[in-house]
Amino acid sequence: MSSLECKNVSMTFLNPQSKTTVDALSDINFSLKKGELLAVLGPSGCGKTTLLNMIAGFLEPTKGNIFLGDEKITGPGLERGMVFQQGALFEWLSVEKNVDFGLRMKKKVSVEGNAALVEKWLDIVGLKGFGKTPIYQLSGGMQQRVALARCLINDPEVILMDEPLGALDALTREKMQSLILDLWKRTGKTVMIITHSVEEALLLGERLFVMAPRPGRIHKEYRLPFAEAGLSKSLREIKKEAEFSEVREEILSMIWDMEEEIMGLV
Amino acid sequence: MFEWLSDNRALVASIIIILCLLSFLVTVLIGLRANFIRPDKEVFGDPERTKGGWYWAICGISALLLIWFYFSWGVGRAYFPDAANEMCQVAKIEEAISPITASLPVNSRYYKSTSLVKRNIEQLDELAREIRLFDYAPDQQSQLLAVIKDIENILASLSNPAFLKAETQKEIDFISNELIFLAEKFDQEYLSFVISSDALLQDPWGTSDVEIPMLPQTKRGIMYDQMSLDVKSLSKRFLKLRHFPEISKVLIEETKEKLTDLKNGLDETSLDEVNQIKLAGFIKYTDRIFKRVDDGNIFPPGVLEEVTASSNYFLGQLDESKGTLALIDIFFLPGQGVVKSKTQCTEQGSARWLPKPTDVVAKFVVLANPNIEAGGGYKGFPLLWWEWVSIGNLVGFFVPDIFVDLLVENYSEHLESGTFEPNFYDKMLFFAQGELNLGYIPFPNGHIWDSLVRVIVAMFFGIILGVPLGIYMGISKFFKSFFDPLIELYRPVPPLAWAPLILTIFGIQDDGKIFLLFMVAFAIMVISARTGASGTQLSKIRASHSLGATNGQILRYVILPNALPEILTGVRISIGVCWGTLVAAEMLAGTTGVGFIENVARTVSDYELIWVTILIMGLLGLFFDIVMRILIARLIPWRGKG
Repeated sequence: MSSLECKNVSMTFLNPQSKTTVDALSDINFSLKKGELLAVLGPSGCGKTTLLNMIAGFLEPTKGNIFLGDEKITGPGLERGMVFQQGALFEWLSVEKNVDFGLRMKKKVSVEGNAALVEKWLDIVGLKGFGKTPIYQLSGGMQQRVALARCLINDPEVILMDEPLGALDALTREKMQSLILDLWKRTGKTVMIITHSVEEALLLGERLFVMAPRPGRIHKEYRLPFAEAGLSKSLREIKKEAEFSEVREEILSMIWDMEEEIMGLV
Repeated sequence: MFEWLSDNRALVASIIIILCLLSFLVTVLIGLRANFIRPDKEVFGDPERTKGGWYWAICGISALLLIWFYFSWGVGRAYFPDAANEMCQVAKIEEAISPITASLPVNSRYYKSTSLVKRNIEQLDELAREIRLFDYAPDQQSQLLAVIKDIENILASLSNPAFLKAETQKEIDFISNELIFLAEKFDQEYLSFVISSDALLQDPWGTSDVEIPMLPQTKRGIMYDQMSLDVKSLSKRFLKLRHFPEISKVLIEETKEKLTDLKNGLDETSLDEVNQIKLAGFIKYTDRIFKRVDDGNIFPPGVLEEVTASSNYFLGQLDESKGTLALIDIFFLPGQGVVKSKTQCTEQGSARWLPKPTDVVAKFVVLANPNIEAGGGYKGFPLLWWEWVSIGNLVGFFVPDIFVDLLVENYSEHLESGTFEPNFYDKMLFFAQGELNLGYIPFPNGHIWDSLVRVIVAMFFGIILGVPLGIYMGISKFFKSFFDPLIELYRPVPPLAWAPLILTIFGIQDDGKIFLLFMVAFAIMVISARTGASGTQLSKIRASHSLGATNGQILRYVILPNALPEILTGVRISIGVCWGTLVAAEMLAGTTGVGFIENVARTVSDYELIWVTILIMGLLGLFFDIVMRILIARLIPWRGKG
């Protein structure tokens, strides 16, 4: 259907104190077809979060345009769902009120319909029966599940995830990675996920961009088989494969070199 | 029931004191025992160690009550109800002998004569030095110096024992002997004295406006009372005592003439205005010192030694005769004991400003009694009660007449028949003006209610106006920059500094006070709402944008609930500050309210009333805070758990 397209996108920030400009992103071009899962990886300061915020519509690029299908992105919208690192849940609401927040804001869908949808999505993310629980009583992993449900219930075309699993412990993280792959397969949504972890990027990324800083740009692009494989195999099995280790080493040393370069520059 | 309790305060107090003492001791034991069996896992500094400990709370309250009872002389009154009355009789003697002792080195360092001579000589020396420097009018200068010399001579003549008249010496001997004679009478048998029925009918210690009953209620007290009369007549004789030798009289006459000449000659000098005034000042000052010398109160040294000795002997005998009363005074009536003024005996020291706990409760019961006719309430107004209020009046209070004016086309005119038929609009106006009889409902009233209403109304307006402004200031550049200077300029001014102005503009009725409190609440609410709104996490705002919320929805469903913890904290703080300001504002002006009661109590030095109002304010403040704590726990359970 509609694909996500970045055309010559650049972002320049002005530092108000030193009056200098920083090129956060320079001339980004890519196109993401519907149903593709893109992972973006890179050292800190390479502009990956800036890129995501621009696609979400929170920031306007200084140059270039972003299109979803034929429509140019000018601001945040329901068709691009966001999942944040810390969940960004509304802690004064219960789980179900958080999940149907988007629906309630539209005020079009009937309340009974809402309840059924909430029930369905809580079931999918594995939170059945937690509807009435206050947010602050949930663990970090459960909170991220709520965030996923809250985003997916609005049936967005693209799901943008900003380091969604960054604050979770290793075990919860692995479970959540499976859940994301599962949701991706089940819904067929376009997903863009930003991560710090090379392993996570390899496991989740059907496509993978390794970005480089100063100015932020796409350094290298991969097409990887592991996400597809992860649907049927256990993630731990995949990690043991020789091919997986090979790519991981390659990317790790690439990022290592970049970090070294930054240190040398400073 | 209350009457009985009120009349038997000493008994009630003694029971309470014993209970306090018991609970203090028992809780200390429980506490010590609990410390011994403390589990080892709680190390020093572990906050878990603070859990529990109700017994220490009871221990603390008991200790506080005991201290209160002790320093307010409550313990003394409970166990020695006659002590104050007897002390009052002793105080009568002390008052009676004070004219004599004031002239002697009793409770002071010098004889009064010595102090007078010392002071006069010092001032004369100083004056002479200044006059010698004033050489514009040599004639007057030398005359003045001569007068000063004369006054010194008068002092010398007064101080010479050789000039003491025999009759003066005789009178001094008489007073001295009489004091010793009276002192011996402390040993007399007083058990045969009969206590008068008037004395028995007096209100007991501390139950009426008269603090301590004046008439003696014990046999020993009668003895002291009679003694005080004897001493009083002796004091009168002492006060009439004058020392005026003939030679001094002559000198005084001469000096008086010289001074008159000097005063008369003042106009004839050729001095300029400044120096004339200066010279007149010298003459006036000399005259003042001279008048202090010629009243006959300066006795030669050694003459009064005898009286000093007998006074000391008398006071010593008085102390000795007190016996156990002296011990009670020291241990149970801390402070300066009982002092008699012209009309009454009063407690001195801590008991003067610290009323006994039972008296405070009794006062509170009187105040809380809603029956005004029976002397309840304060200034014809109950503390907290209810009354029937016309619903029409209430409606008239809330519905402004202007609403009807907006509705109406024509009010009706009077008829040709000379009558008036109200039409629909007239009836609406009656309604808005509260003239329609809609029946009556019970409505709270009283001093406390008035204070509460002021705080609540001010808080209401502070919240509904302050919170929206604060939230907009937290998210909008215009609101922040436009209102920030205004609010930041008026907020730091202490509310009481506004009070005179506000009370002038709005009047001393409720409007002024409510507006003053509103200013306080408004500033705090704006600042807390602003902090809450500007503290919203960016990711939450972004998430709600992504979820399709409009700006208004984000404001209502995200920013407002996110600011709720800060807003509620603001409410809690501003209630406290409003309460404090209110009491001060009521003290400035008005005829109702807790602060008003305290202000009146202050002007009449009614310490019991002052303490009652302090306790009421403390309890109400505590009540507000507990309500807010419960509200906070209910409304924002997520606080501190993110």
